[in-house]
Amino acid sequence: MGQITLKQITKSFGDVQVIPPLDLQIEDGEFVVFVGPSGCGKSTLLRLIAGLEDTSSGEISIDGRDATEVPPAKRGLAMVFQSYALYPHMSVRKNIAFPLRMAGLDKAEQDKKVESAASVLNLTDYLERRPGQLSGGQRQRVAIGRAIVREPAAFLFDEPLSNLDAALRVNMRLEISELHQTLETTMIYVTHDQVEAMTMADKIVVLQAGIIEQVGSPLELYHTPRNRFVAGFIGSPKMNFMMGAFSSEYDATTIGVRPEHISVSPTDGKWKGKVGVSEHLGSDTFLYVDVEGIEDPVTVRSSGEVSFRHGDMIHLTPDPEKIHRFDNQGLRIA
Amino acid sequence: MARSVTTRRKTINTLAAWAIGLLIFFPILWTILTSFKTEAQAINDPPLFFFFDWTLENYAVVQERSNYMRYLWNSVIIAGGSTVLGLIIAVPAAWSMAFVPSKRTKDILMWMLSTKMLPAVGVLYPIYLVFIELGLLDTRVGLTIVLMLINLPIIVWMLYTYFKEIPGEILEAARMDGATLKEEILYILTPMAIPGIASTLLLNIILAWNEAFWTLNLTAAKAAPLTAFIASYSSPEGLFYAKLSAASTMAIAPILILGWFSQKQLVRGLTFGAVK
Repeated sequence: MGQITLKQITKSFGDVQVIPPLDLQIEDGEFVVFVGPSGCGKSTLLRLIAGLEDTSSGEISIDGRDATEVPPAKRGLAMVFQSYALYPHMSVRKNIAFPLRMAGLDKAEQDKKVESAASVLNLTDYLERRPGQLSGGQRQRVAIGRAIVREPAAFLFDEPLSNLDAALRVNMRLEISELHQTLETTMIYVTHDQVEAMTMADKIVVLQAGIIEQVGSPLELYHTPRNRFVAGFIGSPKMNFMMGAFSSEYDATTIGVRPEHISVSPTDGKWKGKVGVSEHLGSDTFLYVDVEGIEDPVTVRSSGEVSFRHGDMIHLTPDPEKIHRFDNQGLRIA
Repeated sequence: MARSVTTRRKTINTLAAWAIGLLIFFPILWTILTSFKTEAQAINDPPLFFFFDWTLENYAVVQERSNYMRYLWNSVIIAGGSTVLGLIIAVPAAWSMAFVPSKRTKDILMWMLSTKMLPAVGVLYPIYLVFIELGLLDTRVGLTIVLMLINLPIIVWMLYTYFKEIPGEILEAARMDGATLKEEILYILTPMAIPGIASTLLLNIILAWNEAFWTLNLTAAKAAPLTAFIASYSSPEGLFYAKLSAASTMAIAPILILGWFSQKQLVRGLTFGAVK
C-alpha cells in the first residue's frame, strides 16, 4: 500500500514561506511527477513527505495513518537522491543490504534479497565493488537497489537522472518506468525536466513558487492547461503566446498555439513572417519565424524536411481547434 | 597556455626545498649531535660537526640524575588524556555545527578560535588561583584539563572542517534506510570521518606533548612532563649544553618517531579541504 495524503501542508524557512497551504492526494500505485522550474518547492515537498524536513503546519498521512511527526526511518518510504548518496566505505552488496541490516534481518535473508535486487538491476557482477569504482549509471542503479529491497510503501525520487548524460538518461527513464510496472508501487518523482514528467507520469503536479498550478495526466496538461504557466511549461518546444490584435480576434487577452499546431505555406496563410533560424532534425524541422507585432519569434514544428531558409518570407496558419485562450489573469478560457 | 616546468627549474625548486627543510631541521639535528659530545666539545669554537669523540656519557648522567620514565609517563598521560577528553567533547560539538548549523554557528567558531589569540600569560594568574583553590596544582588531572581546554578550539575546528566535507545527503539516505541517530553515527558517519578524527588526534597529541607554558607553570615535581624534564637541565650559566641536549633528545624522540610514521596522515589532515 502507498496512499499519501497531504492536508494543508505548509513549510517556512525563517520568515520565508516556501510552501503555502497545499493539499494533494496520491493514490496507491500511482506514478506521480512533481515538476516545475528550479526553486519552485518541488524538492522541499518531497522532503516533507520523506520526513527529512519538518512541516510548519498541516498533516501528512501515509495509508491513512498520520505520519506528520513520524521520523523518516519509520515512514516506510525509500528515497533515491540526485547525488545517489551511496555509502562510499561499503561495497555495493553492503550498500544494498544496509536497510535490511537496519531492519534486523538475518544474514541469509539479507543476501537473498540483495542478490535478487542485483539481478533485476544487472548489478550481480559488481556486488563486491565500492561505489567509487562504478559508473554514474551503475551508481544510480545501486541507489535504486537500496530502495527496492526495503519493499517500501512508496519510492521517492529526487531528480535522480540529472547527473547522467543524455543517452543514459533515456535508458534509465525506461528502466524506472519498467520498474514501476513490475512493482506497482507508488512512486513520487521530482524533476525540472518536463520531458521526463510527460513520459513517465500517471499524474503530473506542476508547481510554481510552492503553489500547485495544476494536477492531471500528461495529456490533460498538454491539451487543457489551466493557465499560461502550465501551458508554457508543458510541451517542447514551448507554446507560442500572442497578445494584442492577435488575441483580441479570439476574444482573449493572450492566445497560445503549440509549435506543432501551426502550418506553413510559402504563399498564403493567416500570419506573415520571415524565417530567422531553421533547425533540421531530420524527423522534424523547427522554424523560428519573426512575425511583426510579436515580440519573440514564433516557433513552428513541421514534420519531415522543410526547405525554408533564413530570410524567406512565409505564411503561418494556426489550427483553429488547437488555440488556447487565456484571460487577463492568465487563466484558461473554456 | 600551460606553464612548462623545465628540468632546470625543477632542480632549483628541489634544491631550495631541501635547503629550507634542512634549515628548519638543523636545530634538532644540532641538539642530537651535541648530545653525543662531551661538555667541552659542546662549547668548542669553532663548533665541531661530525668529527668528535662520540660518547653516550650524557645519556648515562641524565638517566642517573633524573627519573626519565616518570616524566615520560606524565607526558603520555597528559597528552593522551587531554586529546581523548578533547575529542569526546569536540566530536558532538563539531557534529552539530556541521550538520545542524544555527545562525550563530560561524560566530561561535570564530569566537572559539579567538581565544587562541589571547596571550596565555594573560590568564595565568586567574588559572593559577583556581588551581590552588581546587587543589589541582602539580596534578596530572589539572594539566590534562588545561591542555584539553587550550587545544579544544583547534580540535573543534579541524573536526568541523572534516565533517563539513561529508555530504548531508548520505546521512539523510541512512535515515531513510531506517537507521536511528545512533546507527547513523556509528555505521555511516564515523567510518567516513575516521581519517579526519585520526589526524586531529595525532596533531593534538603533538601540540599537547610540546606545550611548555602551562606544564612549566602549573607543575613542580609530581605531574611534571618531559618539558619540565628539559627545563631542569637548562641553567642560566649555560654550562651543561651536552646534558641539556641529551635530555632534549630523549624528550622529543617519542613524538618525533610518532610524527615520522604518521606524517602522511598529518599532511592530509592539515591540507584537507584545501584542494578539491
